[in-house]
Amino acid sequence: MAKIILDDLRHSYVANPVSDADWALKQLDIAWDDGGAYALLGPSGCGKTTLLNIISGLLRPTRGRVIFDGKDVTDLAPDQRHIAQVFQFPVVYDTMTVYDNLAFPLRNRGVAEAVVDTRVRTIADMLDLTATLDRRASGLTADGKQKISLGRGLVREDVNVIMFDEPLTVIDPHLKWQLRSKLKELHQRVGATMIYVTHDQTEALTFADQVVVMKDGEVVQIGTPVDLFERPQHVFVGHFIGSPGMNVLPCSVDNGQVRIGGCAIETANGAAWSAGAGSADRPGGLELGIRPEFIHFAEDGVPVTVTKVTDVGRFKIVSTRFEEHAIKLLVTDGQPIPTESAHLAFDRNQARVYENGWVVPAEAAA
Amino acid sequence: MNKTVNQKAWFLVLPVVALVAFNAIIPLMTVVNYSVQESFGDNAFFWSGVMWFEQILRSSRFHDALGRQLFFTCMILLIEVPLGVMIALSMPRKGGWVPVCLILMALPLLIPWNVVGAMWNIFALPDIGLLGRTLNHLGFDYNFTRQPEDAWFTLILMDVWHWTSLVVLLAYAGLVSIPDAYYQAAKIDGAGAWAIFRHIQLPKMKRVLTIAVLLRFMDSFNVYTELSVLTGGGPGNSTTLLSIDLVKIALGQFDLGPAAAMSLIYFLIILLLSWVFYSLMMRNEEQ
Repeated sequence: MAKIILDDLRHSYVANPVSDADWALKQLDIAWDDGGAYALLGPSGCGKTTLLNIISGLLRPTRGRVIFDGKDVTDLAPDQRHIAQVFQFPVVYDTMTVYDNLAFPLRNRGVAEAVVDTRVRTIADMLDLTATLDRRASGLTADGKQKISLGRGLVREDVNVIMFDEPLTVIDPHLKWQLRSKLKELHQRVGATMIYVTHDQTEALTFADQVVVMKDGEVVQIGTPVDLFERPQHVFVGHFIGSPGMNVLPCSVDNGQVRIGGCAIETANGAAWSAGAGSADRPGGLELGIRPEFIHFAEDGVPVTVTKVTDVGRFKIVSTRFEEHAIKLLVTDGQPIPTESAHLAFDRNQARVYENGWVVPAEAAA
Repeated sequence: MNKTVNQKAWFLVLPVVALVAFNAIIPLMTVVNYSVQESFGDNAFFWSGVMWFEQILRSSRFHDALGRQLFFTCMILLIEVPLGVMIALSMPRKGGWVPVCLILMALPLLIPWNVVGAMWNIFALPDIGLLGRTLNHLGFDYNFTRQPEDAWFTLILMDVWHWTSLVVLLAYAGLVSIPDAYYQAAKIDGAGAWAIFRHIQLPKMKRVLTIAVLLRFMDSFNVYTELSVLTGGGPGNSTTLLSIDLVKIALGQFDLGPAAAMSLIYFLIILLLSWVFYSLMMRNEEQ
C-alpha cells in the first residue's frame, strides 16, 4: 500500500524531443492516496498506457520522478516496486496449472512452500478459482485467465498498487459487468491502491472514486464521477463523458451577456469572464457548453427546429438545429416532443463559457 | 434437416485425384512393381514375392547404413535444434538489425545443395582448403578423405552450417509472435531469464519447433546431394547413409529389385518415424 506521487513527469519516445508533439506525456503532477480507486480515462493514444508503464517501472520517464510513500522509485525495476499489473490481453503461463500460475510470483521470490499454499488458496477463493486450481491455465476462458493475471498480483502481500490496462477488452459483454463488480468488491476487501486505465467511460465511472481524464498526453481534469459530469473543466471532458456528450456551441460575451448567434443565454460564469478579461476581442474561441440533460423545451428561449428523435429506452435524444448549430437534448419518456419548431431553455447553473477549451472561472481574478 | 444427396460433388475431386496419381501414386507403384520381381536382360521379369524385402531386411549392409543414418540424424537434431533456438533467442527483436540478421540467416538456405557440397569439399581439403590447412597447421591430423572420424566431423559441420538457419528462422518466428505483455508480466512477477525461457518462450515456440524438428528429421533422412559431393559415402563406406547406399545399389549395381525394395522400406521408415514424432508432440499439446 502506498501513496503515489508523480512529480513533474514528462515522457517522450523520441530521443531529443523538440516540439510539443514529440511528448507522449506533457508535464504531469498527480498525487494518489493510499487505498484509492483511480481511473485513467481518455481516447486511444492519449498517453494512458505510457503513464501506467511509467508507474509500473516498465518505462523510465524522460523527466520527473515517481514517488511511492516518499521513496523515489524512478530508477527501480518493476519487481522491486511491489506492483501488480493486469494487461489488456490476459497473460497466463500456458504450461502451468492455475495453482502454479498463482504461485509463480511467490516462488520466484523464494517464499516458503507452506506460505505459498496458504496464499494461493486464499486468493483462489477470493477470485472463485478454487474449482479450477488443478486445471491447465491455457484451458480457461478469457475472464478466467484475466482473473489469474489479477490473482498473480494479489498473492503478494507487499503489493503497493494494482494496475489495470483496459482489462475487460477481450471479455464477453455479459461477463464484463460481473468482473467489474468483482474488481470493486476486491478493492474494498484488499484495500490496495488500484489504477484502472480505460477508454470506456462506463468502466471508469463505475470503478473509480477519482477519475483522471487525459487528452494528448495531458491531464484535463481530475475529479469524482459527479464532478466530471456536473462540472467539466474542459470541453473535452464534457464531450468525452456523457452519452451523448455535452453540446459545445460557439458564443460571444458582451458586457457579461453571453450570446449564441442573436440569442442571449444565462450562464453560470459568463459575467465573471467579461469582468475579469474585459474585451471580447481576445484571441481564442469562446464556447458555451451545456449537457443535453440540462436543456428543456420551453415557451420561449432559443428557437430551434427539431431534426431527429432517437429513442434509447428510458429517454429520447432529440436533435435540434439552431441557425447552423446542432443542439441535442434529452427528454424523458412520456413528455411531448414538438414536431418542428420549438424553443429551448438552458439551465443557468449548468451552462458554462469555455475559453480555448478551458472553463472560465466563475470568480475570476480581477 | 434434410440433406440433399448429390454425388456429383465427387467430380470436383477428380483434378486432385489425377494430380496425386501422377505425382505420387503412379511413380510409387512402378517402384512397388520392381520390388516384387526379379529382372533379367531383355526386359524379362519374373515374380519373386517378398524375396527382396527379406534380403534387404536381413543384410548387414542395410543395417549398417541405417545405423549410420540414425546416428547422423540424431547428431544433427541434437546440435541444430538447441543451437538454432539459442541463435534465435540472441537475435534482436526490433530495430534496424533485424533484416540484416534475417538475411544472414537465410543465406545458407539459398545456396544450391551441390554447391554447398562442393564448397565444403574444397574448404575442408587438407592441403589447399582453408579449414583443412588451418586444422593441420594447428597440429590436428585432419584429413576427411582418409579418416572416417574426420569425414563425419566435416559432414556434420556442413549440415549444421547449412540447416541450422532453418531452425533459427522458425524459432525466431515463434519468438516474435510473443506479445510484449508476457515479458512485462514476467518482469513484474520477478521471473528470471531461465523462467522466462522455460515458461514463456519455450511453450510459445513449441508449435514451430515441432515443425522444425519434423522438417530437419525428414530432410536429414533424405540427405543426398551435399553428402555425395562432399564424401561420396567414403572413406570406404564410413559415411554411406541410406540414400547413398540406395543409389549405389540402384544405379551402380543396377539391382532394380533390391533397390526398389529398399526404397519402400526407406520410405516406410521415414513415414513411421515422422508419424511417431508428430503424434508424440501433438499428444503433449492436447493435455
